[in-house]
Amino acid sequence: MGITRSYQEINEKIKAGKVVVLTAEEVVAMAKDEGPEKVLEKVDVVTTGTFGAMCSSGAFLNFGHGDPPIKMAKVWLNDVPAYAGLAAVDAYLGATELSESRGLEYGGAHVIEDLVAGKKIKLKAIGFGTDCYPRTTIETWITINDLNQVYLFNPRNAYQNYCVAVNSTGRTYHTYMGTLLPNYGNATYTTSGELSPLLCDPHYRTIGVGTRIFLGGGVGYVAWEGTQHNPAQRRDENGVPLTNAGTIAVIGDLRGMNRKYLRAAIFHNYGTSLYVGLGIPIPLLDEEIVRTVVLCNEELKATVYDYGVQQRARPALGVVSYAELRSGKIELNGKVIPTAPLSSLEKARSIATELKEWIINGQFYLTEPVASLPWRDGVKPLREEV
Amino acid sequence: MAKRRVVLTFPQELTERPITYHLVKDYDLAINILKAKITPGEEGKLVLELSNGSPEKIDEGLDFLEKQGVIVQPLSKEIVLEEEECIHCGACTAVCTSGALRLDPQTARLVFDREKCIVCELCVPACTMRVIKVMF
Repeated sequence: MGITRSYQEINEKIKAGKVVVLTAEEVVAMAKDEGPEKVLEKVDVVTTGTFGAMCSSGAFLNFGHGDPPIKMAKVWLNDVPAYAGLAAVDAYLGATELSESRGLEYGGAHVIEDLVAGKKIKLKAIGFGTDCYPRTTIETWITINDLNQVYLFNPRNAYQNYCVAVNSTGRTYHTYMGTLLPNYGNATYTTSGELSPLLCDPHYRTIGVGTRIFLGGGVGYVAWEGTQHNPAQRRDENGVPLTNAGTIAVIGDLRGMNRKYLRAAIFHNYGTSLYVGLGIPIPLLDEEIVRTVVLCNEELKATVYDYGVQQRARPALGVVSYAELRSGKIELNGKVIPTAPLSSLEKARSIATELKEWIINGQFYLTEPVASLPWRDGVKPLREEV
Repeated sequence: MAKRRVVLTFPQELTERPITYHLVKDYDLAINILKAKITPGEEGKLVLELSNGSPEKIDEGLDFLEKQGVIVQPLSKEIVLEEEECIHCGACTAVCTSGALRLDPQTARLVFDREKCIVCELCVPACTMRVIKVMF
């Protein structure tokens, strides 16, 4: 029987200033040198990180009441519509919602980044006028400090692995996987490999509802399973998914976040998205958790799909490792294809390092999940009825 | 090795004659075509990198082109990267076939080698942060 440790023990070590924390990259290197048994013996927590475009992101805002008050039925922030079908002055702003005046070049993600940067945002709202909310229009300027509550609530983040995209056709495709050159001219991928949070905990043993995380430079929590959460995806001999599988919904106060780890993006001919910096600590509770946390880029794999096929079920063309993807080229059915990432490894590393420092400095304690992420089969397609 | 990058504009009547061939044959210039858009019967554009042991040979070759009616301009456009706003995602490297934009394998930071850049401009829309621009 190997060593085991509990969340309480780890948190006591954090309090006593004795906790040992390594990033996922550091622990992979340590396991290669000293073996996984030594890792379990010496290390308490492993930090992970990712910084990728996560379209399913957005923020809840409460504006406070004007005088006379208005029940906002439609809301715009810098000309970007926000969903206001909630109580009078609550709204939800989605990252991919586009500006009505600037189109694809500015969207909800940009408003969120501008809020975090402390910029003034134009608020426009209309209502239909009620006895309790007589006013029908309001137009004013707000900053993040004027809001009562402003928190990210991202329904789907931190995908556990993702596709590698190529394009078999004769024309260039502009996708959320970047610019895909014709005739297998390039391959793009978007996971931080051995640093990726859900790849480090493939069976969701420590990541669950209530897990405290690094989010956008501040502190957040796992709120729920993410949309399209799909643990039943094809897995390899280590039990790690070979393509996009589990997801998490996350929540966190936008006020603690910063532009270094939260950035608006424009994907050419596709629209806007939000780059979200996300890091999750993995407590090394037992040898089984260590076994999967130390899997390296040579052992973690992703499936290549043809994004030139404009159908729901794109053909899978093969499986490659993250070490191959990082090398700058992959070989696929005899063809050598140059590769490029879309998520920032540089930022993923600094997230894992920053989270490590927070824990070592006693600013961040680990939480035991209050509920596990569900294990269910598949994602349903949309059935169309005539 | 002397090197120069030029933009050549071919008037309609010249697009069907093998002019660049003479640069190689008569002036001993190595030519690297960076960009070309030549349709017979229409005005054509060619962006070339010319190299030879002596800069004089390049001058002579360009004089020859001008005498034929080709408009010769230096390649003055360049790609500018706003480094402090870059997130080092690597999306631009996916379209940079010349290898001017690449991620350093150690630091994972974006490196821009201006010498290799052929100003094809594909990186401009590929940059999701909009921090790559063309400067004239």
